[in-house]
Amino acid sequence: MTSLLQAVAFDSWILHVLLWGPMAAMLHVLLEDEERSGHIAFGWTLALFVVSLGLWWSFTVGDPGFQMASSVPWIEAWGVHYALGIDGISLFMVLLSCFTAPITILGSFRYITRRRKSFYALMLLLQTGIIGVFTALDLMLFYVFFELTLVPMYFIVGVWGGKRRIYAAVKFFLYTAVGSLLMLVGILYLYAATAGAGDGSFAYLDILGVSLSMREQLWLFAAFALAFSIKVPLFPFHTWLPDAHVEAPTPGSVVLAAILLKMGTYGFLRFLLPFFPAASQHPSVVTVMMVLGTAGIVYAAWVAAVQPDAKKLVAYTSVAHMGFVVIGIFALTLNGIQGGLVVMISHGISTGALFLILGMLYERRHTRLTGEFGGLARVAPMLALALVITALASIGLPGTSGFVGEFLALLGTFETHPVTAVIATSGVIFAAYYMLPMVQRVLFNELDREENRSMPDLSRREIFILSPMVALMIVIGVAPTPILERMEPSVEAILERVHTTPPAEEAADS
Amino acid sequence: MTLDFSTPAHYLLALLPEIVLSVWATVVLLAGVWKGGATSAPRAGSGNLAVLAMVGVLAAAFANGWLYGLTPGQGSTMIAVDRFHLFANWIFLLAAMLALAISPAYVRRQRLQEGEFHALVLFATVGMMLMGGTRDLIVIFLALEVMSISAYVLSGFNRRDPKSAESGLKYFLLGAFSTGFLLYGIALVYGATGSTNLGLIALAIGSDAAVAGLLHIGIALLAIGFAFKVSAIPFHMWTPDVYEGAPSPVTAFMSASVKAAAFIAFARVFLVGFGGIPESWYAIGWWLAALTMVIANVIALAQTNVKRLLAYSSIAHAGYLLVAIVALNQNATAGLLFYLLVYTAMNIGAFAVILCVSGHSEERLGLHRYAGLGARHPALAVCLTIFLLSLAGFPGTGGFMGKIFILQGAAEAGLWILSVIFVLTTVVSYYYYLRIAWYMWMREAAESGEADPVTVPLTMRFAMGAAVAVVIGLGVFPGGGVGFARAGAEGLLTAGALLLGAAP
Repeated sequence: MTSLLQAVAFDSWILHVLLWGPMAAMLHVLLEDEERSGHIAFGWTLALFVVSLGLWWSFTVGDPGFQMASSVPWIEAWGVHYALGIDGISLFMVLLSCFTAPITILGSFRYITRRRKSFYALMLLLQTGIIGVFTALDLMLFYVFFELTLVPMYFIVGVWGGKRRIYAAVKFFLYTAVGSLLMLVGILYLYAATAGAGDGSFAYLDILGVSLSMREQLWLFAAFALAFSIKVPLFPFHTWLPDAHVEAPTPGSVVLAAILLKMGTYGFLRFLLPFFPAASQHPSVVTVMMVLGTAGIVYAAWVAAVQPDAKKLVAYTSVAHMGFVVIGIFALTLNGIQGGLVVMISHGISTGALFLILGMLYERRHTRLTGEFGGLARVAPMLALALVITALASIGLPGTSGFVGEFLALLGTFETHPVTAVIATSGVIFAAYYMLPMVQRVLFNELDREENRSMPDLSRREIFILSPMVALMIVIGVAPTPILERMEPSVEAILERVHTTPPAEEAADS
Repeated sequence: MTLDFSTPAHYLLALLPEIVLSVWATVVLLAGVWKGGATSAPRAGSGNLAVLAMVGVLAAAFANGWLYGLTPGQGSTMIAVDRFHLFANWIFLLAAMLALAISPAYVRRQRLQEGEFHALVLFATVGMMLMGGTRDLIVIFLALEVMSISAYVLSGFNRRDPKSAESGLKYFLLGAFSTGFLLYGIALVYGATGSTNLGLIALAIGSDAAVAGLLHIGIALLAIGFAFKVSAIPFHMWTPDVYEGAPSPVTAFMSASVKAAAFIAFARVFLVGFGGIPESWYAIGWWLAALTMVIANVIALAQTNVKRLLAYSSIAHAGYLLVAIVALNQNATAGLLFYLLVYTAMNIGAFAVILCVSGHSEERLGLHRYAGLGARHPALAVCLTIFLLSLAGFPGTGGFMGKIFILQGAAEAGLWILSVIFVLTTVVSYYYYLRIAWYMWMREAAESGEADPVTVPLTMRFAMGAAVAVVIGLGVFPGGGVGFARAGAEGLLTAGALLLGAAP
């Protein structure tokens, strides 16, 4: 495999293809007629996913730096580069995005019935933005893609969403924009700081070379952290999320949960820790992040437990899961960060699958209230099986992906912050407390509603959608080592930078 | 060839674009008379005068391009053939071109005098180009009057429409009032420094030969005068009414290029003339910028008439551009030029769509009229969405690059608080720009009468296509525009620096 990839110079073109392929697909969809748009989008994204699998083999295990990197000047006058590259952290984000894309599109075939062409075009545009965020090695490029994901998502929620879709879309847009625009000021500050000798640069590696005083680091940390915390979303910046999730159409919820939220925690790892190492381990900063992360875990679990609407319940579980990621990252230990990363992957798959299953239920019954269902396991055994496995993976049962991530994250947190870890662990118990009753109400209990008796089981298309996701949850849960070994060098590099880079001396005049 | 103004012919060469356009405007005027005055009924082929005028704009553009080949002589001549002037000319010519392209259908519908209308657009453009191209306060005043009087007439041009007449009168009265401030300021600055030439004023200030008290009052009055012209808050009261009442093609033209001309002159006077004593006007500029950004964006949230909404949006943009002037460095000045270019394209583009949707005599201006536009007229709605995203400053559009450019300048100048206000008010602006987008795409039209036919004439399509091309082109590959704008800013600021360096 590796030699085949080398023969076709895989490394030199793969990232560009993954980035611009969806854009080309978008043009293709726009040129073809409405009827075929879904199939075209599915074909393109499936092909891109197959190609992206090559990354698994062509990625050099043990190399902490950026691989398959390339850089061309984009706006020379400003020192902006079209620079792409991946390391052990972004590799999995890219793979996860490419994996989710065809599944989401296949999952929208029945759900999206009007303006299909525009819908698939926007989904593909969103995909370009997502890959751009995870591969950009230039801050301006990153920012462009980071913002670019907002517009398609705004329209996806606002046009195809539920009753309060406009409210949810605007709230989502404005919340995210506040954070990211303040981050833009921070980015320009860093740019100005690189300009010390000559022309400034937005290149990631150039900005890594900037030496900042503690005070500067804390301010910039705040600007960047706000942007990413809203995206994660970290408690108390999470209020846009339940609205957006509930109102979004199923495919929108899936992408939002599986990928868009990860941009926040990815930003923590890619930018916050390496750029502002001193601020990242400042005791007050770490305490704040730990408290907010833990608060998110516990609070979201409690709120989730009382939701009658299954979609809202799953939305809150996202807040809880992302809380594990945040405490894992700010524990600043190898286990913590690796655990956080595995939670990110696992949450992407399991929550994505949960939203898809809820979408399938909604297509059948046009409701998402758990009380409307009951006893489905008897009429739709395949659906029940998928939902049970997914829910268990979401809770973090040993043998599923959720367990590996949460266990490592908690273990890593315990090494440095035992009290936080103990409190956060209660979140795992709460997870069972909100998820299992939901499963019980939907699948078991009495089959007491007439409408549910005739509910069809999963169709072949739906089995095709869910089976790879369910399989991955179990595979990662049983054999996480290949993933961990690919992440480890990059994570260690970040940790080393955080622990060994002292802040610059305060300037005398400031 | 070096332009050193040793012979009168050099003056003619230096003013070639302006002269070409003036002559052409006269031709258009005469051609209008030749075809007969006010027409009683719409006639076939009556877009021709607009096309004729557009040819004149093209000719002036060629002349402007030719001027790039000349080497401007150093010194403090009345006419500045620097890159700043030439770049500003591109902005005005683009605005004139787009405005002429979107107006014919309206002019015909409303049975306005074509010859006069199009000639006035050209005369106003000549005034703007002169405003951007002179180093003398007196010429700035004269050029301003050429531009303003044309604009007063244009905004009241549809005299059968009371709103248009009201708009013309309001604009005239407040315009005259603000010109008074400018003139008084010019007089005081002249009294303080003994010259109306910006270079000599800078010299006098640099060598401490100026009378400080008079000078400071003069600068403050000039700042107020310009604040009126760029409609900065609290000198903005005329703007929403004038923009709402004036015919849409005129509003498009005024909101883009009249504002641009005022900013160009503002920048030249303050950066070259008073760049040596920024402390005398820094606070004024800072507060004007901050107030304008905050108040305009907040008021815009409550607007339900699209023209008024864009009027407040244009005031808000004045605030962003003022940040560039306060920053007082080359990057910010280049950002100002770049932003004005993009702003011209996106603003006129947005007004072009509004004009198409507004119906026979602009009766469909309410936001609710845009409900379901995306389903009925997807192409128009896509264009408007692009212009709105650019006005909001979204990545991938020229508006984003313009904002980045200005913010870079502000960052260089250490204006952090102003930068934060800048971005936070930008978030506020997202709301009202997105509101139009959500009406277009996310709401269904009410049943009755909303589906009135919308016609998009050929020249209008050309204008929208060109505007989209500029907005997206500068958004994706801004490199060329950035380079040009930097050369422009360098032309302005090095001239100022040379003069200061030559001070005894």
